[in-house]
Amino acid sequence: MVCRPDVIGRTGLAFFGAMSASNFHEINNALAIINENAGLLGDLIHMADDGSEMDLAKLDLVSARIIEQVGRTREIVKTINRFSHSVEHPEKRVDLGETVVFVAHLAHRFAHMNGVAIKAKLPPAPVKITTSPFFLENLVWLCLDFAMQVTGDEKVITISTGQLPEKGFVRFSNLSRLTSEVFESFKKQDELAILDTLEARIAADLEKKEVLVTLPVRFSEP
Amino acid sequence: MSEKVLLVDDEKDFIETLAERMQTRGMDVSTTTSAKQALEMVDNQAYDAIVLDLMMPEMDGLEALSILKEKNPDLQIILLTGQATVEKGIEAMKLGAMDFIEKPADLESLTAKIKKAKAKKIVLVEKKNEESIRKILNEKGW
Repeated sequence: MVCRPDVIGRTGLAFFGAMSASNFHEINNALAIINENAGLLGDLIHMADDGSEMDLAKLDLVSARIIEQVGRTREIVKTINRFSHSVEHPEKRVDLGETVVFVAHLAHRFAHMNGVAIKAKLPPAPVKITTSPFFLENLVWLCLDFAMQVTGDEKVITISTGQLPEKGFVRFSNLSRLTSEVFESFKKQDELAILDTLEARIAADLEKKEVLVTLPVRFSEP
Repeated sequence: MSEKVLLVDDEKDFIETLAERMQTRGMDVSTTTSAKQALEMVDNQAYDAIVLDLMMPEMDGLEALSILKEKNPDLQIILLTGQATVEKGIEAMKLGAMDFIEKPADLESLTAKIKKAKAKKIVLVEKKNEESIRKILNEKGW
């Protein structure tokens, strides 16, 4: 029996790997700060042992830094945990806006490395669709990654969601460098086979410099 | 004389605390969260060692390493990495890094590498001085 990895599987794995690695890198950074501050506490204790006066304000500051980084790590762990669990349900009713915000959070380090700020503009009422949570997150990421490459010098991407008849949409705006050629090249990527899995469509508005993804209110699980 | 060190990492809380600990150990430490600013600082100051994070926005550590070594091949650069793979290590060495250390960093280990960097720099400076003197002697025919 010959097992050939399919495009969707490969795309999903690549997405899972990239997000995991990025978030573990963040945890490592937080651990490095905790490590240094714990070391500094040790240094201060040794200095007090040698007769220096204990700087209580400094101790307070070091303690606060450690607590802050523990909080940061906890948030990252929660994010990775939620992400890991998103593969459990092949089909689920999800809030589009909430998913978009979650992916932006998950991909925080990539945005930071690109110097890009992501703003979410959500409607007052949630837009709910039934779809594959993991592959929806994957699609949002692919579009976000593309958006980061074509955003302008201001380096701000706005992601909005909304409702159309029988559909929900995700819109990526402020893509000043969006051109027909660049968009067509993006669409040709193997990874966008996910669009078929989700029964989604993608289109570019070159005048408004936006990309629009539309998804059915309920997809037929493959 | 104390070691003069430049720390370059985009995590401000990390390098500020590390700098403080290094300063209590007698080192003269400057910090920056920007690789681009580090390039300017190196133009204005002579450092015994530069501790450079591998992953930073604007410019990653390997790119900064390349540019720094081009400016001054004698610069002693220690790369700071979250994932010390063999491949990354080899790539860093090929680009001229003196060493690399994994985060969270062990300060004693980092201090030892910095002292080694300073010693290496002194040897290079002495060698250059010898070569200059030899050149002058040859030119003057003494």
